[in-house]
Amino acid sequence: MTTSPTSEGSEPPLAVTEARAVAMHDDPRFRELRARLVRFVLPASVVFLAWYLLYVLLSAYADGLMSTKVVGNANVALFFGLLQFVTTFGIAILYSRYANRSLDPLADELRAELEGSGEEPAARRGEDA
Amino acid sequence: MTTLAAETTSQERLITMILFTALIAVTIGITVWAGRRTRSATDFHSGGRGFTGLQNGFAIGGDYMSAASFLGIAGTIALFGYDGFLYSIGFLVAWLVALLLVAELLRNSGRFTMADVVSYRMRQRPVRTAASVSTLTVSIFYLLAQMVGAGALVALLLGIEDGDTYLGMSADTAKIVGIVVVGILMVVYVSFGGMTGTTWVQIVKAVLLMGGALLVTLLVLSIYDFDFGALMNDASSASGVGDAFLEPGQRYGVEVAGDAWQTMINKLDLISLGLALVLGTAGLPHILIRFYTVPDSKTARKSVNWAIGLIGTFYLLTLVLGFGAAALVGREAIVGQNAAGNTAAPQLAEAVGDHFGGDFWGAVLLAFIAAVAFATILSTVAGLTIASSSSLAHDFYNNVLRRGKASERDEVRVARFAAIGVGVISIVLAVFAQNLNVAFLVALAFAIAASANLPTVLLSLFWRRFNTTGAVAGIYGGLISSVGLVFFSPVVSGKGVDAKGNNLSLFPESVDFHWFPLENPGLVSIPVGLLCAILGTLLSREEDPDRFARLQVRALTGAGAERATTH
Repeated sequence: MTTSPTSEGSEPPLAVTEARAVAMHDDPRFRELRARLVRFVLPASVVFLAWYLLYVLLSAYADGLMSTKVVGNANVALFFGLLQFVTTFGIAILYSRYANRSLDPLADELRAELEGSGEEPAARRGEDA
Repeated sequence: MTTLAAETTSQERLITMILFTALIAVTIGITVWAGRRTRSATDFHSGGRGFTGLQNGFAIGGDYMSAASFLGIAGTIALFGYDGFLYSIGFLVAWLVALLLVAELLRNSGRFTMADVVSYRMRQRPVRTAASVSTLTVSIFYLLAQMVGAGALVALLLGIEDGDTYLGMSADTAKIVGIVVVGILMVVYVSFGGMTGTTWVQIVKAVLLMGGALLVTLLVLSIYDFDFGALMNDASSASGVGDAFLEPGQRYGVEVAGDAWQTMINKLDLISLGLALVLGTAGLPHILIRFYTVPDSKTARKSVNWAIGLIGTFYLLTLVLGFGAAALVGREAIVGQNAAGNTAAPQLAEAVGDHFGGDFWGAVLLAFIAAVAFATILSTVAGLTIASSSSLAHDFYNNVLRRGKASERDEVRVARFAAIGVGVISIVLAVFAQNLNVAFLVALAFAIAASANLPTVLLSLFWRRFNTTGAVAGIYGGLISSVGLVFFSPVVSGKGVDAKGNNLSLFPESVDFHWFPLENPGLVSIPVGLLCAILGTLLSREEDPDRFARLQVRALTGAGAERATTH
């Protein structure tokens, strides 16, 4: 297909042949990479969406609870809102640590292998890192 | 002291004009410099992909925190208290969708536009056409809302009221001049400076915005000896509604006494808005293309982390700005200036400047925050313009009309002209719409992005069976259902008038053809868009497991991803 996004440009990216990429899709290491991604991203997304929806629903329907004062003038609604900031920052930090540790090394190894630029033994060593 | 227009002195206007001019000069300088470095299509659409995570994080912040979020959220908190904060949280949490599901995979698998990813394993022309239509609709609606706001804002920031003139301009002329100047500047940034110029304008804006917000926040807090509780006390007692000011329900999900139906509708509307905000951000074309400006997916992740930090901090600051305006400026003075509260932040700046340094420093701080607001408008409209022009040139012109055979030079030339076209169209539309109530367009843009764009991007990355029919049906289904439902909603016709007799709908109050009760379509249009994508897929037998394998391998490993160009 001539319109493939990889096919033009003054400095074309290293070619990845179709056959190698297709074969890689069934490679156990690629499946492991995808499983690792899904294992974090899916539950995390369910959790933060449900947590946010709970917040919106309580804001809409739970007047009594949300207006309960906790400290001085600060009510449950304020703390609930601030907690949304905390969980957003927290999930972002957790994900980045997880990605650095569990996704990047494996992705880099597979990438080097596909692009044929990394030495095979070096890539192998990266697997357990 | 706290009304902008009535007591605006010529000194204040002079300082404001000097800062506006300085800002324009700096951004034009950036554009000229960036223009010299913009040659290839990668330079134009993606700024050479050489930005660092920090730079792109600031640029994302500059792109995303529009005048609607700076002035709008501060104003909503000042007038309605807690609900403005509730609104801002949706804008923040949304970034987790971008971080976890979109940014890195898009960076690895696409090139210049959203359509690159969605069309990767599909028939190019129908999918790119659909993606381009959706990109343009979202961007032009958003652009229109920003530009109509910009006109009114420039008039307000220069302190020109009805019946008043400045430099020979009445308030109405100043509005039009504001729209035209903003429109011309955004076209100049984009068509000469490309993505490099746009990005640096956004970085400058983000630094100014954070600096300005931080400064005013610290000044407000120091008035209260850094006791946030005392500030809340003052704000709620000045609000006239007491403790209810600090609780949800003043602006969203409002309970209407004796009207159970309307109360239920208001609450559903809040949920619908929340869904559109959270799921829409990661489908906004002008946000998506920012992920292409960095060298690799790891840098894309870093830039989203920076953006989350910046945007989160900023919304925490707006809480202080909003409460500060409620307490120190007062509801009456804010509404007297602008019914929606859009000038609450500049008014607050003037008030704290007066408090600490007298009239002169009040004027300086007001002018500074006004210039920040102006920069805010400029950088967001520039982002929207480049998203539109890239999609027109890369998706529609090159891949649909020329079947991918246009040269890079042609594509860049078309992109530059497309920016001019988008600019002219939005200036004309904005001038016509300047007195209409178009605030709903921002929420509509998020709803379209959540209904049409996000589902198709995610399905194309994760659902092997997904195909051309599904992508086209998903995009048009989400687009038509969200625009259609809004057309028949109260924001377009039949909402009536407010206490002061201002029309609340787009159409005159005598016209009423609404039958869809919600103002935000997301609750219905997001499931409709997803359902269309799934049904469309199942109705067609097209399937290309090999292309899917290639896309997924590329998205997850980064093998074959576009590289940065070197200068």
